[in-house]
Amino acid sequence: MSNVRPIPSPPMSSDDRAHEADHPSSLVAKFGMDQPLKLDCGVDLAPFQIAYQTYGQLNADRSNAILICHALTGDQHVNNTHPVTGKPGWWDTIVGAGKPIDPEQYFIICSNVIGGCMGSTGPASLNPATGKVWGLDFPIITIPDMVRAQAMLIDRLGIATLFCVVGGSMGGMQVLQWTAAYPERVFSTLAIACSTRHSAQNIAFHELGRQAVMADPDWRGGRYVDEDTHPHRGLAVARMAAHITYLSDAALHRKFGRRMQDRELPTFSFDADFQVESYLRYQGSSFVERFDANSYLYLTRAMDYFDIAADHNGALANAFAGIKTRFCVVSFTSDWLFPTSESRALVHALNASSARVSFAEIETDRGHDAFLLDVPEFLEISRAFLQAAGKARGLKDDGQS
Amino acid sequence: MSMQQTLPLPGVAPERTGGYRTDHLLVADMVRPGSRVLDVGCGDGELLQLLESRGIDGRGIELSREGVNGCVAKGLAVVQGDADTDLVNYPDDAFDYVILSQTLQATRQPKVVLENLLRIGQRAIVSFPNFGFWKMRLQLLIGGHMPRTENLPASWYDTANIHFCTIKDFVELCERINVKMERAVALDLYGRPVPLNLPWWVWNMFGEQGVFLLSRGGKAK
Repeated sequence: MSNVRPIPSPPMSSDDRAHEADHPSSLVAKFGMDQPLKLDCGVDLAPFQIAYQTYGQLNADRSNAILICHALTGDQHVNNTHPVTGKPGWWDTIVGAGKPIDPEQYFIICSNVIGGCMGSTGPASLNPATGKVWGLDFPIITIPDMVRAQAMLIDRLGIATLFCVVGGSMGGMQVLQWTAAYPERVFSTLAIACSTRHSAQNIAFHELGRQAVMADPDWRGGRYVDEDTHPHRGLAVARMAAHITYLSDAALHRKFGRRMQDRELPTFSFDADFQVESYLRYQGSSFVERFDANSYLYLTRAMDYFDIAADHNGALANAFAGIKTRFCVVSFTSDWLFPTSESRALVHALNASSARVSFAEIETDRGHDAFLLDVPEFLEISRAFLQAAGKARGLKDDGQS
Repeated sequence: MSMQQTLPLPGVAPERTGGYRTDHLLVADMVRPGSRVLDVGCGDGELLQLLESRGIDGRGIELSREGVNGCVAKGLAVVQGDADTDLVNYPDDAFDYVILSQTLQATRQPKVVLENLLRIGQRAIVSFPNFGFWKMRLQLLIGGHMPRTENLPASWYDTANIHFCTIKDFVELCERINVKMERAVALDLYGRPVPLNLPWWVWNMFGEQGVFLLSRGGKAK
């Protein structure tokens, strides 16, 4: 027990992150008291703001806009250096010059979700009524709330119909919600590694993460900013647990096996002897640099509540009845968080609605995270689907119509 | 329904006319322009591409992952699925035509599949290898073993084709479940229509495969 190193405090001050919550290093759309966001919980949120990034140019017909919906811990910085971490954009495998979602061809929009902590209004933002950070006073938000806010942004940008809405995981949930709520505004969708409802197992993992955050004494009932603390240990543990669910047994074995970290023999302690432990601790501590603990609680909750069928009299097919949107649904063989069976249930419902749907399961051992990685078959299918949809939309290769 | 079984002629390169397979052109000619088509066991999507080039709204189901991914990469609306288990998920009258090309003999329940085709679609186009083809008969009669041909090279123990039938058997099944045969064509080894103006029972001897355009009969027997 002599050699235990706890999860270290974040090396940088949390000031950068706190600043981003209200003053993002990106574009911001502000909505005043006259334009409240009507939340599912019954609250009218006003004023509020949405932080977003765009890449490429909107064509004259306004017909080449692609909305990217980010996952649980993503943000609007899809294809640019992250303002807090300095790392490359989170989806530069699929977005960028020569990539399937090419700014030369499309006008690409990505906004931070409502409830997030990178500039869209959320629990880390200042509550104008109190002059303090919202914390747990922030109303509970849902996936439909996120999409409602995005629709207000798309209105603000003067775009009637999106060429495509794209997203994986929680982003995929938003994609499906977009098609269910605004079918006439979505020409095509690419829904990756997602589900029409969060499973019991996934809710259980989220609850584990939330309890880890709340069990940290520095959480202070959610008022850690006021008390100048940060539950970085609890949040790091939450991230470590979640991160395991994004990988697969095979991927962990291939990447780490039982290899030791900077040593040849076990230390007979609780230090990170194994590489996989060291890796997880790094994932945990780097996450807390850039993410707000309360925001993590809110966004995991939003995913838990997601159930499209329940919002449509219990029948999934009702959600997509008569829909004209072109769907491409993609799952990955080793994804056990959003397994292929979930995508297949969605595809069956879309078939029952006579929707135009393509569905491909990609063989990979990289687990749920595969959608963020360089998986050539997935990228090729995405490219081909967008090109075929672009042709149907009347887009030329340069994005003009 | 794997891609190998879906390709009608795995052994012999099918004849092509103007870049398209002759047997596909024959099927495509049975489909009215502007209609909605589901191709069950669509393989590499070649027939769907032909149909879409004619302005037909085509969808596909394919069992093999390689086949599906290849189709999606061609921009086709294809989902991974199994004729035996997934057709039940489609609503009645969802399509004008449902095509089952060289797949019926590989399904576990051909009768149920056929009934589903005509529940989902107003019409069905079904093609299958004819086990009554003279070469097949000869192998069984003279050789005394299960027939293998250029186009069906697998041995009995590793073939996916578990429900072979002859054209005559198929016609009897159609009558039994009250399915109306609107058109019937026999194809030769290369996927070309057999140039004989003869009734189907003659084709049962000389057709390598049969292609049938089916519709719902009157009242079920």
